[in-house]
Parts: sequence; structure tokens; C-alpha cells
Amino acid sequence: MTGSLDYTSEQDPMTSAPTNGQGENQPVPSRVRIQTGPPAPVTVPETGVTGPTISESFQPPPQLVFDAQGIGIFYGAKQALTDVTLGIRHGQITALIGPSGCGKTTFLRSLNRMNDTVPGFRIEGQILYHGHDVYGSNVDRVEVRRRIGMVFQKPNPFPKSIYDNIAWAPRNLGLKKGLDERVETALRGAALWDEVKDRLKDSALGLSGGQQQRLCIARAIAIEPDVLLLDEPASALDPIATAAIEDLMHSLKGRFTIVIVTHNMQQAARVADRTAFFSLETSGEKPTGTLIEVDETAKIFAEPRDPRTRDYVSGRFG
Amino acid sequence: MSDSRIPDPSAPLTPSGNLRRRQIFSRLTEVGATGAAVLAVGVLIVVIYTIVSRGAPAISFDFLFKGYPDGVGPMILGTFVIVAVSTAMAAPVGVLIALFLTEYAGSRGAGPLRLTLDLINGLPSIILGLFVFNLLVNHKGTSGFAGAIALAIIEVPLIARGAQEVLLLVPKALREASDALGVARWRSVLTVVLPTAMGGIVTATVLAVARAVGETAPLILTDFIFDPKKFSLNIFGEIPNAPVWIFKLSEEGTEKGYQEAWGLSLVLIVFILVASLGARALLGRSKRKLSS
Amino acid sequence: MSSAVTPVAPGHSGSQRGGSRRKRLDLFGDRALFAICLLAAILAGVVIALVAYQVIDGASEAISKFGLSFITDTKWQPNFKVFGAGALLYGTAVTSAFALVVGAPIAIAIALFLTLLAPKGIGAVIGPLVELLAAIPSVILGFWGLVILAPFAKSTLEPFLHSTFGFLPIFGEPQTTGLSIFTASLILVIMVIPIIASISRDLFRSVPRELQDGASALGATRWEVVRGVVLPTTASGVVAASILGLGRALGEAIAVSQVIGAGSEIHTNLFLPGDTLASRIAVQFPGHLNDLHASALFYCGLILLVIGLVANLLAQWIGRRFSYRGAAP
Repeated sequence: MTGSLDYTSEQDPMTSAPTNGQGENQPVPSRVRIQTGPPAPVTVPETGVTGPTISESFQPPPQLVFDAQGIGIFYGAKQALTDVTLGIRHGQITALIGPSGCGKTTFLRSLNRMNDTVPGFRIEGQILYHGHDVYGSNVDRVEVRRRIGMVFQKPNPFPKSIYDNIAWAPRNLGLKKGLDERVETALRGAALWDEVKDRLKDSALGLSGGQQQRLCIARAIAIEPDVLLLDEPASALDPIATAAIEDLMHSLKGRFTIVIVTHNMQQAARVADRTAFFSLETSGEKPTGTLIEVDETAKIFAEPRDPRTRDYVSGRFG
Repeated sequence: MSDSRIPDPSAPLTPSGNLRRRQIFSRLTEVGATGAAVLAVGVLIVVIYTIVSRGAPAISFDFLFKGYPDGVGPMILGTFVIVAVSTAMAAPVGVLIALFLTEYAGSRGAGPLRLTLDLINGLPSIILGLFVFNLLVNHKGTSGFAGAIALAIIEVPLIARGAQEVLLLVPKALREASDALGVARWRSVLTVVLPTAMGGIVTATVLAVARAVGETAPLILTDFIFDPKKFSLNIFGEIPNAPVWIFKLSEEGTEKGYQEAWGLSLVLIVFILVASLGARALLGRSKRKLSS
Repeated sequence: MSSAVTPVAPGHSGSQRGGSRRKRLDLFGDRALFAICLLAAILAGVVIALVAYQVIDGASEAISKFGLSFITDTKWQPNFKVFGAGALLYGTAVTSAFALVVGAPIAIAIALFLTLLAPKGIGAVIGPLVELLAAIPSVILGFWGLVILAPFAKSTLEPFLHSTFGFLPIFGEPQTTGLSIFTASLILVIMVIPIIASISRDLFRSVPRELQDGASALGATRWEVVRGVVLPTTASGVVAASILGLGRALGEAIAVSQVIGAGSEIHTNLFLPGDTLASRIAVQFPGHLNDLHASALFYCGLILLVIGLVANLLAQWIGRRFSYRGAAP
């Protein structure tokens, strides 16, 4: 019951039949563009239906980008995560919240195979990305990371110039034409262009923490990934920089599918379409992380179904 | 800006765009790096194998304990004596320098001293041979003692560096507790700091010894004339030593000479390997003990 | 400057009786300890100064006789009291350059292998093995070079290089014994690799994980992470390590003398014998023919000393000066 996608109770107005958990068979355009700024009314082409926002309307749920089934993660003998089943939908921001040590970051890093280098890492279950097994045998890790980008908790700019930080990955990929424009677009997309446009050749290490983090976001979006994974992107930043990052989230949504791990519940509430709550499962011999509940953000915070969720979001434990 | 190079998200997760070519190149560099490591280990194995296979047949009781022409006993003894004397001179100096660096030198004093130690460490050992020659041999003739001085100069930076590393690891808390109890600095150094660091100091010394037994260049200018038949403990005379003997045998070019040289080389190598590996293992252990 | 302040801690006031004698002993002890430590430190500086002085003193006769032309003249005839170190300088330069150009990339590759490629167990075995290469005394390595490497070079390596790359003057016609600048350079390569590899390995290990993760997360191959992040951040340290390796090659006397063939002329062909400054000193000093001969060898030593000190200082300066650029905060 816990951890399953929660569209089973929705009624689809088009067909008046309950949608299944996948929603893949609905006619939905593969890319929907949303303007920068707070969620605006949107017309879904082909269906001609206009609604307030995708997540609030009775629109068909967007395509499933990630479909994780029964995920268990081990580091050697220690089990970090158990029985996580979770779907990430296209063009949405999905937040993973929960107390420290519950496997949120572990789960996130498994989506783009960044855990592969951790000694003793083992994963059970299946993660499908657009229907392809992320841990399949012909899968090229580098290709996975090219399509699924990541921004880390602590800003990690390269010791190069601002321009070269952004241009580095496109150059590797052979995207050499129009590099200047690509860099500018990425910096604009990360709301950093105006601040650095006159000093692109300066070292990136001279930027403030918040600027460095936005640089890392610009770096990630410069290669136009399909998905952006953000691991507590604002936790190392001061409140003003945090607010800047959150505004950025809204503008990036829709162009990218975003999964964000955050300790900050209010941040999840402000920014995410859907929220997944992770916590420790203590019934086994040792506590391991697990997914307790996932739902629309509004529902998680207003009427959570699981008492543990309720305790967490109402602040009863940290 | 849509670019045909942006991969279709729903395509399988196999290399897209130029990734196949880049992966091939990356694999090639991995092969190259592995090859380099294999090459280095291969050379080591070949060298060690040669020494063992050619040296082992020469080893016998007579070889180790009798003098020329039956064996190389005097040379082994001589090296032992020379290195013992040089280490006896170098170890206290090295430890005192390390103490100076950790206890007394401010950041301004430590810099030049460390630089000096590094410079001494980087001096070609043949230059040290010339130095001691002019200092002693010119007036007093060749001797094992002259060679020992040169070896001591080589050992001091090694011992000082190793000792300093361990002394730095002695927890500040120990020193502070000592000060708080009103114990004088010299007492706490002697009774607390040095004993705690002793493991590391000993291993640094052993590593320096392992280096010194193989040094030929200084000895070839200071102690190269000796009688290989006689066992001698007189460091102030011309005392036989192993490295110079190996060098001489290698230049002579006789079959028997070569065999003797391999045998003596094997003895040296075994000593050095045992000392190096043992010392490093002990050093690792004492460092871990200190930082736990 | 040194005496620790020795406050009388509470509870110790009872030992006042032997107290003042103890305090005097402590004061003396503190001063004495400081004094001998200081003496030891000063001794280090004295040694360097003395070494420089003695070498200059020994070389003085040759310096006054030959002046700076000693560096360019190549005639070395002890019987006729004619000395010129030109060929020796050439030999030193060529063998050391070869050792660096061939050895540094191999050493860096080994260090990359040990830090980024090798599984933990294999790395823990191969690492010490490579360092063991450095523990082999040069006289033994030179002996091995004489008996094993030189014949192998003569029979296989030199002919192969000559037939494939013979259009290059450095790979000219091999001569009969295999004792050549080429063989000596190979021995130096073996000596130089462990030094550069072990320092580089520490440097590569210190590159922050987050930087490498950040590069990987952008869809970069392993090599691209190395080329884009690992190597640039450690570049100055690797250069400094290479210069240290170079210093080792420059000063190596014994092993080189055993395989270089004691030639006295300058040739471009690497397969001919030659000699280096250090090697000539080791071979000719013990039996030097006259005082001028000895002084000329001291002069060689002086040149070697200057080159060695410059290399060492350069390595320190590069390592220190650029060590900030790489590190991310």
C-alpha cells in the first residue's frame, strides 16, 4: 500500500475510466514548455483542454520517465534502502524528503549510476528509464549520465574559468558549434548571466557559494540533459542564495524533469509537484531506509495518509 | 535550440553521438596505463629474478663467513660496521633536528631548515664523496670512517623527515597535559614525546639504513682500497665494504667474479627488502596507533 | 626563548623543599635541550655550506687553469693535462633528458593506474612493488644492466630501433657491446620512474572526489575526467616531481658508469658509448693521475652540484608556487 503511485484514485475526464498507474497510453506530447515564473495556465495541444496547472488539473498524467520497482540498495553487507517503488513523471519536480540517513541521496544517485564507484554497492530491483533498464547489460554509464544530469550538495566548480566550466562538457560531446551561445543560454537558464557576463574568463573559484551552485546548474543544463537530479542543492547556501535557487527550479521545470532531494520541507512544499517521503524502516534487524509515501505535494503536506508522514511534516521529529 | 546531437531520451542507453569513439579512446588509455604498471612490475621481477637465480648458487657458509677468495665475509662485516657507525652519528642528529622543527622552530624558522634538509637529500652522493675526500682523505688517507661520514650525511635528512612525521602525530593533548602539570619541556620531551614517537623514529632509521647499505658512490671515493681477505673492525682504517666490492667485481669481467658479485648482491637485496618492507609495515602501524 | 613557563599547579606547593633545585635543573634542562636541537639544525646548514666550499676549493686549480672553456671543450686527456667537460655535459644532458622524456609519462601512467584504475587489492600490491624498484641499490642495478640489459639492447633493442627509425640520427648504427648512452638512459628510466610515480600517486589521490564526480556526472569518459580535472589540478606537483626525478638522473654515478661505455666524444647516435659528469668522477677519481686531473674532476663535481641544486630549487619553487591554483576551496 505504501510507496505506490497514487493516480489510481484519479478519474480521467476524457475516458471516465480510472487511469492506471502508468498513464503512458494517454496521448501526451513528449515535451511541454512552461514559461518562466509561477505555474501558469496551460493548454495541452491535441486535447485542447486548458487547465490551471498540469498537476492540479484532471489532465492525463505526464509520461513516466523513471519507473523504479522494488529497489533495494546494499553497501557490502549493510542495506541502505529497501523496497522502494517510485515513479518520476515528465516535466515535473519530484521532491524526496525525509530525515537524514534514510537513503534519499542513495536513491537519487542510483538513478544516474553515480553509486557505481562506491565500494560494495549492489542494487536489487529495477529502475526503468523511458522503459530501459538503467542497470542493463548493454547500458553505457557515460551515456546514462549524459542524459541524466546531477548537481551536488556542495558546489564543485572546476578550477577553470567560468566559460570553460560550462563549455567543458559540450566540447567533450563534440558540440563545438555555437559554443558561445550555448554558454550564454545555460548561464541565462541558471539566472547567472547578468552577474558574470563581463567576466567569463575569470576563475570560477572566485564566485560566491550561491553563484558557484548556479554555475554548476548552468554546467549541467548546458548539455541539455533529459533529467536533472539535484542533491540538496541549497543546503550549503545562505537563505538569499537558497531563494535564488528555488526560483530557478520553477523556471527549469517543464524543460527538464527534476528530482530534488531536500531536508527542507518548506522548500519541497514551495517547489515540488510531487513529494516522496522516505524514512527508516525499523522492523528488520537493522534500520534501513524506505519509501513511506508519495503523492501530490499538497496532499502530502495537508492530508498525509501514513502517520509517520504526518509526524514528519508536522515537525514532530526532525 | 534543438541539435541533432541531443540524444532522443527514449532511445536505448547505448552510446549516442560521439560517445562510441570517446569510449574507445578512453579504453585505450586504460590499457596504456595498465601496460605501464605491468611493465614496471615486469622489470622489477626480471631484476629480482636475475639476482636470485644467479646469486643463490653462490651462497654457502663459506661464502658468507670466509674471506677472499672463498667468500665475501669481510665485505659484509665491513658494510655492517660502516653503516652502524654512520647511523650512530646520523640518528641523534636527525632526531634532534626533527625535535627542533616540531618543538622550537616557528613557521619562519622551519622553512629554511626544511629547505636545507631537502637540498642535502638531493645532493648527488658522488658529490658527498668528493666533499669527504677533500675534508679527510686528502690528508689522512682512505678509511671506513670517511665513508661513514658521507653515509651519515645521506641518512640525516631521511631520519629527520621520518622522525618529524611521527613527532607531529604525538597528540598535542599529551604535551599540553604535561605543561599544565608544570613539567619542564625537556622532561616531557624525554619522558613523554620521544617514547611515544619512538616506533616511528626506529622505522625511519631502519629505512635510512636500508638506503645507506647500498650507497656506492661516496665509498668509492673514500674507502675503495681494502684487503678483501681480512676481517676488520677498524673503522679508521681501510675496511672492506660490499657495494664497492660488487662494483669492482662488475668491472673485472670474470665469470667467477660475476658469480661472487651476484651472491653478494643477493645478500644485500635480501637485507634491504626485509628492512624496507618490515619498516614500512611497522611505520604504518605506529602511525595508526598515534592517530587513533 | 625556549624555557616553558612552569606554573606551580595546585597541589604541587607541597614539594617546595626540593622545588628550587628542581626548578634550576629544569631551567638548565630546557636550555640544554634547546641548545643541542639548535646546534643540530645549524649543523645541517653548515654541512651544505661546507660541501659547496670543499667542492669549489677542490676545483680551484682547474678553474684557474681552464676557466669557463672547460664547459665547452671536449678534449679529455689526463696524460697531457688537457681537460674539457663538454662531452660529459652532453652525456649528462642527453641521458637525463631521455630518462625524463621516457620515464615521466610512464610514471604518470602508473600513478593513474594505481589511483583510478586498479581495484583496491591489486593497487595495494603493485604500489609497494613499484616503490621497491627505488630501493634497489644503483650498483646492483648497474651490474644487472651490464650483464643482462646491455646484451639485450645490443641484440634486440638497438637493431630494432635502428631498422625502424634509423632515419633519425639518434638511432644510428649500433656498436658491438651494447654499452652506450642508450643503455645508460634505460637504466636511468628505471631509477626515475618510482620517484615520479610515488609522488604523482599521492597527488592524484588528493584530487577531491567531488571534482571527479562533478566531471563524471556531465557524461565524461574516464579519460576525460583525468584530462579535464585530475591532471590540470595536479599539474604543478607532477612537474615538480618530474624535476626531482631529473635531479636523481643527473646525479647518478655508479649505475651509469657500469653501462655507458666510458666514451669521450659527442655523438648524436645514442647507440654509441658516452659518459656523464657523475660517472666520470666515479670511474677516474680513485685512480687519478695527477693533481690537475683530480681538480678537473672536482670541477665536474662543481658543475654537477650547481645543476643539481638548481633542479632541486626549481622543483621546490614550482611545487610551492602553483600549489594554490589547483585546489578547489
